[in-house]
Amino acid sequence: MKDKIREILRQHGRLSKDVDTLPDDGDLYEAGMTSHASVNVMLALEGQFDIEFPDRMLKRSVFQSIASISAAIEELTSGGG
Amino acid sequence: MTAESAEKSFLDDLVRSRLLVETGVPGVYGRGAVFEDILARFDALVSATVANDGAEKLHFPPILARKSFEKSGYLKSFPHLAGSVFAFQGKDAEHQQLLQKLEAGEDWTAFLKATDVVLTPAGCYPVYPSMRGTLPEGGKLIDLWAYCFRHEPSDDPARMQMFRMRELIRLADLESVKAWRQTWIERGLALLEDIGLPAYVAPANDPFFGRGGRMLAAAQREQELKFEIVVPICSADRPTAIMSFNYHQDHFASTFGIQTADGSTAHTACLGFGMERIVLALLKTHGLRPAEWPSSVRDKLWPSA
Repeated sequence: MKDKIREILRQHGRLSKDVDTLPDDGDLYEAGMTSHASVNVMLALEGQFDIEFPDRMLKRSVFQSIASISAAIEELTSGGG
Repeated sequence: MTAESAEKSFLDDLVRSRLLVETGVPGVYGRGAVFEDILARFDALVSATVANDGAEKLHFPPILARKSFEKSGYLKSFPHLAGSVFAFQGKDAEHQQLLQKLEAGEDWTAFLKATDVVLTPAGCYPVYPSMRGTLPEGGKLIDLWAYCFRHEPSDDPARMQMFRMRELIRLADLESVKAWRQTWIERGLALLEDIGLPAYVAPANDPFFGRGGRMLAAAQREQELKFEIVVPICSADRPTAIMSFNYHQDHFASTFGIQTADGSTAHTACLGFGMERIVLALLKTHGLRPAEWPSSVRDKLWPSA
């Protein structure tokens, strides 16, 4: 899953750093992701993983790092599916 | 009374008193002489307050170059509020077709094409493209007013489609811009309390479009980029913003290439007085007849009278 997240960040995150060198818990906003870029990342993740982030997840902390994105997607895809 | 019926009833009072004049389009009004006098007096009070701030006064027509508008990112955030100017650019044949559609009561607007201009969505938008380059030492302060357009038809008199914003825009380094905004929250509050408005400061977010907009709004609040001074007009639960303070980080400066004197990308912030809303808040708070307002308020607004 994290490889797919990295690919989406490469395409939509507009990071100033190479996403491959970024640790899973690296701060994406510090790596240059703007608020508008995070919206594009969110929409691309929804398409890729066939999920819809509920309103409570549409906030900065959920999209802060590869690890936090991955945790949110796991929560949405596990349990009841 | 629900908020909606309170708004409608306040609007009816304003129209009956000739403070506002209806045009047949919700949110678009003529203003009577008494309304305009209050607005001009508050404007003068702001001018007196900022007289020694060293601002450059500017004025733009209420339209913006479409290219600047496209570059600003407005359509990413607020496509639902934007107003773009279209005009007929056809020949005789298209003119005939347009008139036929018009006569038949059908949609004739398909014969219009986009022009090079859009309606100004916020007073500061024409400023940033005009400031490309290097700011003087200490940055800049701009003082302007503009008619602004937002496509949000409503019977709430405080939600007009076209309204005036008096704006101050600060362009400088990060620390100076943040300090300026902080000082002005106090200053704005004092100014509004002076004219007897029960105003208070609230964190705020812009009305961003769609689900992505929820994220943008949450980010704006988490980063404390926007504050408003609000006052109850038609509802205590949903007070109306009469001033807003917006910190743009380096968004506009990086988009339009504005640097501080030391060559780094500038930061910008603006504050806006919602001029019509301030007049409406005064009318709601003190009554529809300014001659009967408390003398403490009248002395501030009509100091020589």
